Amino acid sequence: MTATGASPAEATAPETPLLAVHEAAGAQLIDFAGWRMPVRYGSDLAEHEAVRERAGLFDLSHMAELRVSGPDAAAFLDAALAGRLSAIEPWQAKYSLLLTEQGGIVDDLIVYRLGEREFLVVANASNRHAALAALAERLDGFDATVVDETEQTALVAVQGPAALAIVGSIGLESEPLEELRYYRSLPAVFEGEDVLVARTGYTGEDGFELYIAAHAAEDLWRAIVLAGEAHGLALCGLAARDTLRLEAGMPLYGHELSRDVQPVQVGLGRVVALKTKGDFVGRAAVEAGPGEGAPVLIGLTAEGRRAPRAGYPVLDGDRVVGSITSGALSPTLGHPIAMALVEPAAASSDSLTVDVRGSRLPAVVTPLPFYTREARA
Amino acid sequence: MSETKYTKDHEWVRVEGDIATIGITDYAQAQLGDVVFVDLPGIGRAFAAGEAIGEIESTKSVGELLAPAAGEVVEVNDEVAGDPTLVNSGAEGAGWLVKVRFSDEPELLDEAAYRELTA
Repeated sequence: MTATGASPAEATAPETPLLAVHEAAGAQLIDFAGWRMPVRYGSDLAEHEAVRERAGLFDLSHMAELRVSGPDAAAFLDAALAGRLSAIEPWQAKYSLLLTEQGGIVDDLIVYRLGEREFLVVANASNRHAALAALAERLDGFDATVVDETEQTALVAVQGPAALAIVGSIGLESEPLEELRYYRSLPAVFEGEDVLVARTGYTGEDGFELYIAAHAAEDLWRAIVLAGEAHGLALCGLAARDTLRLEAGMPLYGHELSRDVQPVQVGLGRVVALKTKGDFVGRAAVEAGPGEGAPVLIGLTAEGRRAPRAGYPVLDGDRVVGSITSGALSPTLGHPIAMALVEPAAASSDSLTVDVRGSRLPAVVTPLPFYTREARA
Repeated sequence: MSETKYTKDHEWVRVEGDIATIGITDYAQAQLGDVVFVDLPGIGRAFAAGEAIGEIESTKSVGELLAPAAGEVVEVNDEVAGDPTLVNSGAEGAGWLVKVRFSDEPELLDEAAYRELTA
């Protein structure tokens, strides 16, 4: 029934507890949702490749951690989110969506169940306050609380084929990590501090995300760097994170996802539990659907080295049929890849082009994801 | 070798005789990140002041090469077209982009003024 946390108006600029570590490592920092975060430490292509071939370490402390607790926590999340969170077991994780009454997407989230009455909801940094506000509004009638723990919590991710070997050798006290399945988590202790270790990520590779108290972040980071030396671990910034997630076909809020887009339009219909639970915010709108002709998300590939970028028009013949939501020259594949929201008919067109600053780049509709580690192996 | 001058658009210009060599500054390449594609103009192309005569693409963004004054392209760096990473490794040297003949005097900053701009 209560929600606590700094409101946007009174909040001072938050800071990752690893800022000094990044500065010492020579990171180039950018403003990301009010946080100064590393965009790259050196070469973003080398950082990208390290994650695909070996391992990379990311600071994701800007992401929002919202703790939901109380006897009605599960029932509350079932009513507030698109998924059926009451169905997951303790230590299981689930990808979910926070919808508007109109069925649009407020944010995409990872929800970890930490106990019968306790969940950790992880939201995008840019949507921290929107997600907190939406959850708070929906608490009415439920015996549950939402607490914003973002600034007390550090999040670091170790991603890549060597992630298990690295995280397994930093001295965590826990159940064996090799038995931890994808989208599962477990409680661990690092140098006396509680750590939530999750087999989740946003890169298309195997990997772990570790949540720890902010004051212990630096020691954890250094231990991972040390353990990673033998495995070619690279420090990775947000630039590499973006190209990695794009190759893996993972949507990004503000690009593929927005309040104007319903889940079904972006291939996330399966995330909405229409059949297995009762009412929830956005249900009626999702059942009605986004309406005829609403744009759909497609993958596009092209030849050459010029990348379609967010906002570029997509054309069929001379007609604009949509626009690019994300695009890059794929570091792993060596050719341009992009995601776009286009008219439904364009999803099966074989004559699409992208207007790349005045010149027409032929683009081929390609199933997502562009990259899977299984296909590569 | 002549003195290197700069533009507020983060380009460097080195004039020798009536030929000026132009590239992007080390500061600019660091902001762009890894350069993956460079689009350079054709030789003989005439341009106006402020016109975009080339593009430098990184994984994250696109930078334009803006002509600091009117003129004509007399040479382009084919090596950098083949290996765009030269822009990162040698922005103010091997990663030069074009040689031009200006028909107008460009307005340029000396090194101290440029450093102040990027401080």
